[in-house]
Amino acid sequence: MIELIIPAIISCIIAFFVVYFSTPPLIKFLVKKNYTVKDMNKKENVMVARPGGISLILGIIVSEIILYGFFQLNEILAVIITTTAAFLIGYVDDRKVMGGWFKPVALAIAALPIIFLGAYDTDLAFPLFGDVQIPLLYLGLIIFMIPITGNTINSIDVLNGVASGFMVIASFTLSICLFILQNYEIAIVSLPLGFVSLAFYKYHKIPSKIFPGDSGALTFGAMYGVIAIIGGVEIIAAIALLPAVINSFLFLSSVKRVVEHRQIKGKPVEHTDDFKLKATNDKTAPVTLVRLILAAGPLTEKQVGFAIFKLAIFSGILAIITAFMMGVSL
Amino acid sequence: MKSGLYGFLFAMWVLIIIGGGIMVVLLGPFTIQQFGDFHWILASGIKVTVALVLVVIWILILSKLKNYIFKKELKF
Repeated sequence: MIELIIPAIISCIIAFFVVYFSTPPLIKFLVKKNYTVKDMNKKENVMVARPGGISLILGIIVSEIILYGFFQLNEILAVIITTTAAFLIGYVDDRKVMGGWFKPVALAIAALPIIFLGAYDTDLAFPLFGDVQIPLLYLGLIIFMIPITGNTINSIDVLNGVASGFMVIASFTLSICLFILQNYEIAIVSLPLGFVSLAFYKYHKIPSKIFPGDSGALTFGAMYGVIAIIGGVEIIAAIALLPAVINSFLFLSSVKRVVEHRQIKGKPVEHTDDFKLKATNDKTAPVTLVRLILAAGPLTEKQVGFAIFKLAIFSGILAIITAFMMGVSL
Repeated sequence: MKSGLYGFLFAMWVLIIIGGGIMVVLLGPFTIQQFGDFHWILASGIKVTVALVLVVIWILILSKLKNYIFKKELKF
């Protein structure tokens, strides 16, 4: 057991502190280069540095390389390659406005290393009922999973601190589930995601000093998706991500097509005079999770963020219950 | 509103468990023996089709549930 504990502790410390110490100089550099965007939910004209994905990917790569030094698993290589590819795709989108299909298609290609490295099992595990072997279908699942998790996290990155705070809850939930299922090596591989999210949350929480950008959101989502696949916990991962899935589901079912947020004309949310968030009555605007939370009345940005975190904790509890149910067979 | 969202989350979770059960019971034991070396490709193709149908049914049920739970709020 000691041979697992030491790499786990080292990689978690490295993951946390690389992001913790590299983000402030990154913010200074981005501000100096004028790589900033307006924070739309602030009364004053606040400009925030973007993209923070650079420090996130640095923390992930360094910590996962350290883990590879201990374990030499193809699964770790799959995490590094696919997550780095997702970061680069997001970085391109941060720098240049790309079409609505660019990210899903590019992320599907980014998932291919998981297949080439053989870092997956074709059995899909369900609680209570056991496994189902789906060799061909599973390849399709891998190709679809990374674009879905990447874009799902990206779609929830709408308020200060929400994407990173949500990832802290979802990724630690996934790690706990992997420990419950006694998949210790992949559980350790998954831990750096929680720690880089936690370190980044310090700078991303309200009032944000940096935004993750598409590069950060896709890095979060892609790594989460890869861990779900290599750990064989696809269903549990989907359950832990349900609030973000609801957001994508509501958006797609109201817009009825794959489209970038910036292409939508109608505004789902507006500001009150005291700059609280308020749901609009615009019928052309998409239905989103934030809009539903605000349906009962205006709330501050911080209150909406905490409402999303409470939903994430609730779905995290459901995911942990599901992990325990994996050991039960009807 | 918030209780509606928690209810919707819980309903999604139940649907995932039930959908998983149907997948395992229907697709798990399904095999084809008559087509030589291609039997696993055919079996996988049929499994893919059934899985896609299940996903479509899952989305339709969710849409109905969404309209039922959020009928007041969705008058935007």
